[in-house]
Amino acid sequence: MTTRKYLLQFPEKAVGKPLIYHLAKDYDLMVNIFRAKIDPDDTGYMVLDISGTDENIKRAALFFKENGIIINEKMNGLTWDKERCVSCGNCITHCPSNALAITDRSTMEVSFNDEKCIECMNCISHCPFNACSSIFNNTK
Amino acid sequence: MKTYEEINQKIKSGDAVVMNAEEIINYVEQKGLTKAAEEVDVVTTATFGPMCSSGCFINFGQSSPKIRITEAWLDDVPIYSGLAAVDAYLGATQLRQNDPANMYYPGDFRFGGAHVIEKLIRGEQVQLFALSYGTDEYPTKEIRTYVTLDDLNQSQMVNPRNCYQNYNIATNTSDRSIYTYFGHLKPKMQNLVYCSAGQLSPLLNDPLYTTIGIGTKVWLAGAQGHVYAEGTQHSSDCNRSENGVPREGAGTLSLTADMKEMDPEFVRGVSFKGYGVSLALGIGIPIPILNEDILKQTTVRDKDIYAQLIDYATDYPNATGKSLAEFNYEELKSGEVSYRGKKIEVSSISSYSKAVKIANRLKDEIQNGSFTLAEPYKKLPPKSSTKSMKIINEK
Ligand code: SF4
Ligand code: SF4
Repeated sequence: MTTRKYLLQFPEKAVGKPLIYHLAKDYDLMVNIFRAKIDPDDTGYMVLDISGTDENIKRAALFFKENGIIINEKMNGLTWDKERCVSCGNCITHCPSNALAITDRSTMEVSFNDEKCIECMNCISHCPFNACSSIFNNTK
Repeated sequence: MKTYEEINQKIKSGDAVVMNAEEIINYVEQKGLTKAAEEVDVVTTATFGPMCSSGCFINFGQSSPKIRITEAWLDDVPIYSGLAAVDAYLGATQLRQNDPANMYYPGDFRFGGAHVIEKLIRGEQVQLFALSYGTDEYPTKEIRTYVTLDDLNQSQMVNPRNCYQNYNIATNTSDRSIYTYFGHLKPKMQNLVYCSAGQLSPLLNDPLYTTIGIGTKVWLAGAQGHVYAEGTQHSSDCNRSENGVPREGAGTLSLTADMKEMDPEFVRGVSFKGYGVSLALGIGIPIPILNEDILKQTTVRDKDIYAQLIDYATDYPNATGKSLAEFNYEELKSGEVSYRGKKIEVSSISSYSKAVKIANRLKDEIQNGSFTLAEPYKKLPPKSSTKSMKIINEK
């Protein structure tokens, strides 16, 4: 049994399909949804864990693609713009997972570890330099 | 003992020995002060952080028929036009027209004067909207057009207060979150925020203003500029350590340089939730090593520079002047300090890594002969203090 974390992005036309039903029924997968925005008139997204056999996960991924759903495996729902970041460090005390951190205190450079990020969105409003943004938060 | 002329000669012939204010610490420790003072010509210092008292004078060039602008906006940010016909001043903290500010507290302040300045320096187009009452020789009453930095005749950054010598450390003792120019200060002292490049910072390496004075050449966001006056609220008469280094705000500088020579990496609009807009700037200042005393001051270390912890929930807004504690920059840069037995997380809004980058850029420019030094023609006031405002109710 494998568990994969996906960020699915739906174009307008793909919203409204009974997706989760198909995952469970057709591919025998367990689904755990963390965050979702489904709006029939707009694009949408869903962050979920899918557990099942490797083979079924592969087939499900194909099913997504056939339905025009974009699979984002890197989970970069949160985008940290390295160029815009000046390493001021203001976000550090507001990031609960230490995804944004100063790993070397002699250089004081800030780095972002997307694997640790729990997408709490804290850094978006705590970055004065507008270096953090997210598709989950369209106000930037 | 060296003179400015001798150092400039060495710079021009490519022989100047230059180090940044971090490197010089160990160098002097190894070589000894006397030997190092003979060898080293210049120490470069730098800082990068929000500096609210910044802005620029702009000349748009005349339209045909001509206009005497009385009100104007750049990307909907009001600019001051109580000057000659097509001159204006764009201030960094100016909000966009109709920004709801803190009406829905805490406001976001996404865009303001500082962001317009950043866009201009990036070479992007900004919209100019200008109005006038019209006169015989300036008949045009309204203009809407787009301009870029290249289109402007002059675009001179003129900043009344930059480069604070030292600064407060902010915290919040109250039981609700507060939103300040230090960012979000969590309730009950859960975080501290500071703003200084510490041992790299220009005026902390020349604490008594021996070489940094009016007329000193500076690196302002990549452009060669200069100190044109002491900065506003320059308070050199302050609490100092034995090494002369201020333990609080202290001195400031007024700086100017041509925006057309600036690098957008070091001019950045910033938004502080609940506070407003500001401009983050990168500044480098070279210190000529004229003698051992000057060199000695540049070897100051983070652990020898103290700043005051101020409560931004009560003492700062009420101007009580009270300090809760003091910490040095080595403690602050570690990311955690202890206060009355409690560990508190520390962050900053200035960037040490950008300051290092600037100090090294300036070092390269001096080494390759493109940045020479200027001797100040006037000292910064050594004993000035800041008055507070008198409130007169009746006359
Ligand atoms: S979204 Fe949250 S966890 Fe992720 S980097 Fe930002 S503050 Fe940290
Ligand atoms: S607050 Fe923004 S600019 Fe500062 S370190 Fe964090 S991401 Fe970078």
